[in-house]
Amino acid sequence: MLYFELFVQGLVQGAIYALIAVGLTLVYGLLRILHVAHAGLFTLGGYIGVLVANGTGSLALALLVAMVSVGLLGMVVYRLAYHPILDRPPYVALIASIGLFIAMEEIFRLVFGPYGLSFTNAHLQQPVALFTMTLRAAEVVTVVGAVVLLGGLALVAGRSRIGIAWRATVSDPQMAESFGIDALKVRYLNFFVGSALAAAAGVMVALLNNLVEPTMGSVPSYKALAIIVMGGLGNVKGTLLAALALGVIESFGTIYLGQLLDRDAIAFAFLILVLMVRPQGLFGRR
Amino acid sequence: MAYEISLLTLVGIMVLFALSLNLITGFCGQISLGHAAFYGAGAYGAAMLTKAGVPFALALPAGALVAGALGVLVGFASLRVRHDFLAITTMGVGFLFLGIVRQQDALGGELGISAIPDPGLGKLGYMALCLALAAALALFSAYVKRSWMGTAFEAIADDEDTARTLGVEVARYKLVAFALGTAFAGLAGGLYAHFYKFIDPESFGFIESITVLSMVVVGGIGSIWGVIVAAVVLTLLPQVFQVIDQYKLLLYGGLLFGVMRFGSGGLAGLARAVADRLRPGRVGRPGP
Repeated sequence: MLYFELFVQGLVQGAIYALIAVGLTLVYGLLRILHVAHAGLFTLGGYIGVLVANGTGSLALALLVAMVSVGLLGMVVYRLAYHPILDRPPYVALIASIGLFIAMEEIFRLVFGPYGLSFTNAHLQQPVALFTMTLRAAEVVTVVGAVVLLGGLALVAGRSRIGIAWRATVSDPQMAESFGIDALKVRYLNFFVGSALAAAAGVMVALLNNLVEPTMGSVPSYKALAIIVMGGLGNVKGTLLAALALGVIESFGTIYLGQLLDRDAIAFAFLILVLMVRPQGLFGRR
Repeated sequence: MAYEISLLTLVGIMVLFALSLNLITGFCGQISLGHAAFYGAGAYGAAMLTKAGVPFALALPAGALVAGALGVLVGFASLRVRHDFLAITTMGVGFLFLGIVRQQDALGGELGISAIPDPGLGKLGYMALCLALAAALALFSAYVKRSWMGTAFEAIADDEDTARTLGVEVARYKLVAFALGTAFAGLAGGLYAHFYKFIDPESFGFIESITVLSMVVVGGIGSIWGVIVAAVVLTLLPQVFQVIDQYKLLLYGGLLFGVMRFGSGGLAGLARAVADRLRPGRVGRPGP
């Protein structure tokens, strides 16, 4: 039974990783930018979620407000931070993004205080009996939420006109533009969707831990980078699989490798192993 | 006076550390987001040795060797993956280093190593040693930059494939850059350990890697004097003004972002632009 519970815990964690990493891999697929500051938007999503939920008492409203406002902010970040430096060598955007992320964490610390915030209504921490195991309601909400959001994304990307324009721009920007697709609009959409998903992940992590703190983005941000590399940069399906796989591997790894490595290093041990064997990532193509 | 001496010692160590990264990222164009791991490897290596009774004069270079050996290993990774992939791999190396050190009781675990023996040079002597080593690395960097190896580094930084076509042994020079850069980082780490007499995993985390990267970036990637100035200023500012220490990360983050967003040449690029403005008729050289 222990194995099954470890597996489910891993999937919960993997679902969070997936929500964060999909936004990152979308940005990379379109613009070849490693958007480290993405995790700053994730943290902000958590804060907005807790503040709105405590203010109005509605978790659904909190999730919505967090996703829309952070999505819009993601578009602002693109316009002000990345748009002017798209033609520079790749390390320029990467270093700028790291700087932006560190500055954001500090701003959260200054604005919201260093100790973090919690939900005032604790009914989501109640246990729920499922088959033979008990899960917290927050864990169920997380997994269901991730499935709904990512499923919705797959539907939009696969079926709608917007989705087709988007995929066309990712696979060949120049050709897409010559067919009349506005590349700038696609980029804005990209940042809106990716950032909104990160905000949703932020709200879910806030639920799981019943805490948001300024540094909650640090570890997920670097891990999400590892995940998108393993998934084959820019490959959405690969990223999802890598996120779930990492969640499960970490869950087992903490039990069996705990003597050797701490939890956060497992992701990178796995990453380096993967890169040395398959430099294009687990699911990448060359 | 004691305060000034300890400040200058720290400045010497940080200049050494920043110049060591400049060899890899500046000269050879290989971005590293985990340079603090090598700083840490040197610190732990040297500290374990002096605690075991090995004289400081032997332990310090031994620590640098440990870091350099680790650096060659990571250098092999740089042969396998490039650009963004390499940045993430080096970042991973940094986290892996911390993850391993934290779980090893032999290395002090979370608590770190305390009561590291005094090198016995006196405070003034130790300051002189740190500053002398930093100056030596600056001269060595200037020498490398002008040598055939420096030209090869520059070719690799510019365009690896073209360099290979022109007959530059890319793999060999990349490994040399990593070996040199990480060994000097280890040297700086050994000096750091015997300066504070206490080290723990937190001193060598991602923030430290970013701090040293911001020194190189703010100074101007590849510029020796630019990196020195940036290392001195960014080390002194938080120490001298306590207010700035509170907002140190905001400053580093803001500087990294600002320099990259508004002109990636850093201080050196700025100086070049001013010099070109003062000499009309001359065409400005593009930044790195």
